[in-house]
Amino acid sequence: MLLLAFDTATPAVTVALHDGRRVLAESTEIDARRHGELLMPAVDRVLREAGTVLGDVTGIVVGVGPGPYTGLRVGLVTAVSFADVLGVPVHGICTLDGLAYAAAVEGPFVVATDARRKEVYWARYEGPRARVTDPAVDRPGDIADEVAGVPAVGAGAALYPEVFTDVRPPADQSAAALAALAAVKLADGEDFLPALPLYLRRPDAQVPAGYKAVLPK
Amino acid sequence: MADEPLVLGIETSCDETGVGIVRGHTLLADAVASSVDEHARFGGVVPEVASRAHLEAMVPTIQRALKEAGVAASDLDGIAVTAGPGLAGALLVGVSAAKAYAYALGKPLYGVNHLASHICVDQLEHGPLPEPTMALLVSGGHSSLLLAPDITGDVRPLGSTIDDAAGEAFDKVARVLGLGFPGGPAIDRAAREGDPAAIRFPRGLTGSRDPIYDFSFSGLKTAVARWIESKRREGVEVPVADVSASFQEAVVDVLTRKAIRACKDNGVDHLMIGGGVAANTRLRSLAQERCEDAGILLRVPRPKLCTDNGAMVAALGAEMVARGRPSSTWDLPADSSLQVTDVSVPGHTHDHGHGHGHDHVHELSKDNLYS
Ligand SMILES: [Zn+2]
Repeated sequence: MLLLAFDTATPAVTVALHDGRRVLAESTEIDARRHGELLMPAVDRVLREAGTVLGDVTGIVVGVGPGPYTGLRVGLVTAVSFADVLGVPVHGICTLDGLAYAAAVEGPFVVATDARRKEVYWARYEGPRARVTDPAVDRPGDIADEVAGVPAVGAGAALYPEVFTDVRPPADQSAAALAALAAVKLADGEDFLPALPLYLRRPDAQVPAGYKAVLPK
Repeated sequence: MADEPLVLGIETSCDETGVGIVRGHTLLADAVASSVDEHARFGGVVPEVASRAHLEAMVPTIQRALKEAGVAASDLDGIAVTAGPGLAGALLVGVSAAKAYAYALGKPLYGVNHLASHICVDQLEHGPLPEPTMALLVSGGHSSLLLAPDITGDVRPLGSTIDDAAGEAFDKVARVLGLGFPGGPAIDRAAREGDPAAIRFPRGLTGSRDPIYDFSFSGLKTAVARWIESKRREGVEVPVADVSASFQEAVVDVLTRKAIRACKDNGVDHLMIGGGVAANTRLRSLAQERCEDAGILLRVPRPKLCTDNGAMVAALGAEMVARGRPSSTWDLPADSSLQVTDVSVPGHTHDHGHGHGHDHVHELSKDNLYS
């Protein structure tokens, strides 16, 4: 087994190669504005570092969000394009699940990433592999009661210390954790998500209110 | 011929997911998935809606193009993609897909300019482009006169719109007339029953002291809206066909007049017209008439190759391969405001910053470069 994992749903552009037992190589760069430029050089670097080539990969693991859409789509279109050429499956995983798995917090906790516009993408967990709510996008103030006193993981939580009072590492997504989670899920025969973005928000689109008259009233 | 470069081109700068495959100057496939219907109710292209549609359509459209061309992806000599200008999020889907296919197939990647591609597509229709080529590009996003001594490396802007693009004016007038979106085909249809001389609408920037190659359609659009509103106020029924024909005549009169002037001034004996508005039947017929009078050879591709498509990107990519031009690096950015003078983007090592030496007055504005 050789899994190539990446996630572009957060400011981290993160890529890892995993053989089913351990991480062979990993690259994580934090730059919220250059996912499109950073991803492919990172894939190339990780493959070289592991002394392998893309053609040897047996499956693609991709974070399907939620996350800011423009960056998120970079990872997804790359995953489905690779899969088309290589003839291998794409295993979609909720981005928040990767952070939850990496955090390894015992007992209830939440994961929150930055959704911009003063909102967070978040979900509740009962354990590292046990998400108990659907991912949602909310203003931190509106969910304060639901997350009060519970450990919180992710850079989105760190942005709002008045709401998330017990912030735990890691702050950023890691494809190594995503790949390790995928390897465990594959071993357990669990289902993955389709390679489609978890958008959560509808597109911003204003229907123009008729046309503006040009003659004075 | 089998030794000509086989290139797949991807175009996602606006609302069409286009994938074309060419071998040299021969078109093998032109697959397009459009999200235009999803935008119609908004009366214009919604960037986020376009980006979502590109992601869903990308792989199926590539598979369709390969099937249509009857070639295997492994036989390709390169992957070309529109690197800009266009809608940032939309471009990024195509650029990311192109990188993934190129990397996975072990083929070179060519990030190319959307406007140069609109010109180069004519090689698929009428054979090699003369050098230099004079091109008039008109669409919902651009209206420009370009002189191209070398379509793979030297494209010079002579003039462009100073306000609205020609296609934008069609959309806006169609909205005032209640003809729906996109406005170009609707106006073209309505105009067939109308008299182009019924109303004398203004011709922008045609005064003796106006810039000779630049265009302006904003004043025309407002004049048409005023005319229609005053009729409605008088309680007179608006003659939709006559208004359409007269408005359309004003647009194509200026476009063709300035294009022919540019040919004569620069000693170029042929004119290429591309972009979505080049599908307009009146523009095609008036350009034909005026070119013949001026002894200029007109080259206009079939309508499907004038609107945004992947074949045009593949055509430029194939020319790049044929001429041994450098390919792009894996960090190729999508550049929503890519300058027309940047025909291709060979990675970050190339200085494609915006400190060009030529006259910026004639450059296209950032907001007018969609489609
Ligand atoms: Zn165009």
